[in-house]
Amino acid sequence: MAASAFEQMGVGELAQRLRAREVSAVELAQHFLSRCEAQASLGAFVALDAEVTLAQARAADARLAAGEGADTAPLLGVPIAHKDIFVTRDFASTAGSKMLQGYRSPFDATVVARLGVQPGGAGMVTLGKLNCDEFAMGSSNENSAYGVARNPWDTTRIPGGSSGGSAVAVAARLAPAVTGTDTGGSIRQPAAFCGITGIKPTYGRASRYGMIAFASSLDQAGPMARSAEDCALLLSAMCGPDPDRDSTSLDVPAEDFSRSLNDSIEGLRIGLPREFFGPGLSDDVRAAIDGAIAELRKLGAKPVEISLPRTELAIPVYYIIAPAEASSNLSRFDGVKFGHRAKDYTDLLDMYKKTRAEGFGDEVKRRIMIGAYVLSHGYYDAYYLQAQKIRRMIADDFQRAFTECDVIAGPVAPTVAWKLGEKSDDPVANYLADIFTLPASLAGLPGMSVPAGFGAHRMPVGLQLIGNYFGEARLLNVAHRLQQATDFHLQQPT
Amino acid sequence: MALSSQDIARIAHLARLELSPRDSERMLSQINGFFDVVEQMRAVDTSGVVPLAHPVEMTQAVALRLRDDAVSEPDNREANQRSAPAVERGLFLVPRVIE
Repeated sequence: MAASAFEQMGVGELAQRLRAREVSAVELAQHFLSRCEAQASLGAFVALDAEVTLAQARAADARLAAGEGADTAPLLGVPIAHKDIFVTRDFASTAGSKMLQGYRSPFDATVVARLGVQPGGAGMVTLGKLNCDEFAMGSSNENSAYGVARNPWDTTRIPGGSSGGSAVAVAARLAPAVTGTDTGGSIRQPAAFCGITGIKPTYGRASRYGMIAFASSLDQAGPMARSAEDCALLLSAMCGPDPDRDSTSLDVPAEDFSRSLNDSIEGLRIGLPREFFGPGLSDDVRAAIDGAIAELRKLGAKPVEISLPRTELAIPVYYIIAPAEASSNLSRFDGVKFGHRAKDYTDLLDMYKKTRAEGFGDEVKRRIMIGAYVLSHGYYDAYYLQAQKIRRMIADDFQRAFTECDVIAGPVAPTVAWKLGEKSDDPVANYLADIFTLPASLAGLPGMSVPAGFGAHRMPVGLQLIGNYFGEARLLNVAHRLQQATDFHLQQPT
Repeated sequence: MALSSQDIARIAHLARLELSPRDSERMLSQINGFFDVVEQMRAVDTSGVVPLAHPVEMTQAVALRLRDDAVSEPDNREANQRSAPAVERGLFLVPRVIE
């Protein structure tokens, strides 16, 4: 079989063929690494190290040769790449920031370890680290200190963000699977813009240990791949309690998220929030979403109109809370224990200020400033506390909606991917485009993006599915049924 | 409500960020543009609403989780200091703070 045939295979099929010894982990790793090199102009990767990758692949091959079964390492030898927000021992970890250029972590993030080749992991071989907006702050990947990533459907357009490199790698077939993180939509929006599948689980399902922190009450890891079937396998490996290392990791046992992929969705009530279909939604995206909902209806689902009345408020609420948490989290970057330190300074205070001025990019500085302001004396109640109260109201709105429906569906973003540079001088325009992903993030609900066809300029459109807490298996079930009936997720950029 | 350039200077100091005059000016207009969006939030009646500090509160009672007070990590100082800008004899070096 030609090596290129393996590019079209899902994670589960690759694992089977590896166990059947039809292909070796080394062959797969070499094939994907050569694709990464050939497509370097897409800017998907910020770190590759063939020696490290091939050593992991050889270790996987040795275990496959010894007959290790699927029960201990279900994805043994299958390649994966990680968003550069996860720390890794074997690759530099930069969070897309100059502040962490060349930073070597002494340990692997829990998610990386759970997926990896070390004992107890799912057995996946790491191809490298993926480009992202600096500290995951952005919706276009243009805020990376290591250059833009390009949308493989049209390389003059953004791939979305902050997990932009992750989405590019899957869409361009540079990796069969990747990790991403989602604080306000950073898995769902790039997945939508690049025509792939991604899921953010319920907050607390996946450990945040070793995920470089942006906004701790919102940050959540999740997989991105071509299909819901692949995402289910990856999510099952990623999730599970990590009580000693992440104080907000939920004490909820790991699950087999593949178990109900094929369940019928006959009679399933799909809530369509009227606020997601207002005048802010562009016509091309609306048409694709309507088409996907019509498919779900054909499969027996029952669309019902619901209301999430505070959808618009999610923008200011999120952009108060996330920067507040960021300003606190990023205070650790002081030029003392790790990362960049300015060369010339007069005293300790001057060293802090110059180090941070040099190490952080513009968007990160803006958010630190907003965060420091809303937490400062005299403004805390009016901004931060008020935002937290509305956050409660938004979460309650979802609970009311879930009495009328089982799953919520709508667009991931109001438009398709925009042109590189189009909004880079207008931070507020970027913030407004996050409107449909922010509400579920604030509530801590699971959400996913599923390819739903194409809009203007033949750019991909993503259908967003939002479930109630711990409803990931249901979301993946709906997405899988849709993917059995449509072929949007199989299409690829030329 | 609009911030002034004095506000920007004060916040930058709190955040330990050195801003050039050009950066400060741009930051001022961008942050003021952002606070225009925030205004709609301030008008919402939230009396009696308990702030939601953390989404975990929606599904379970949040209690501070403490580990047993026992040594669980080996001494890893060398690896932990490998990425430090300045280290000497296992200590992080900073500019002199006490004369």
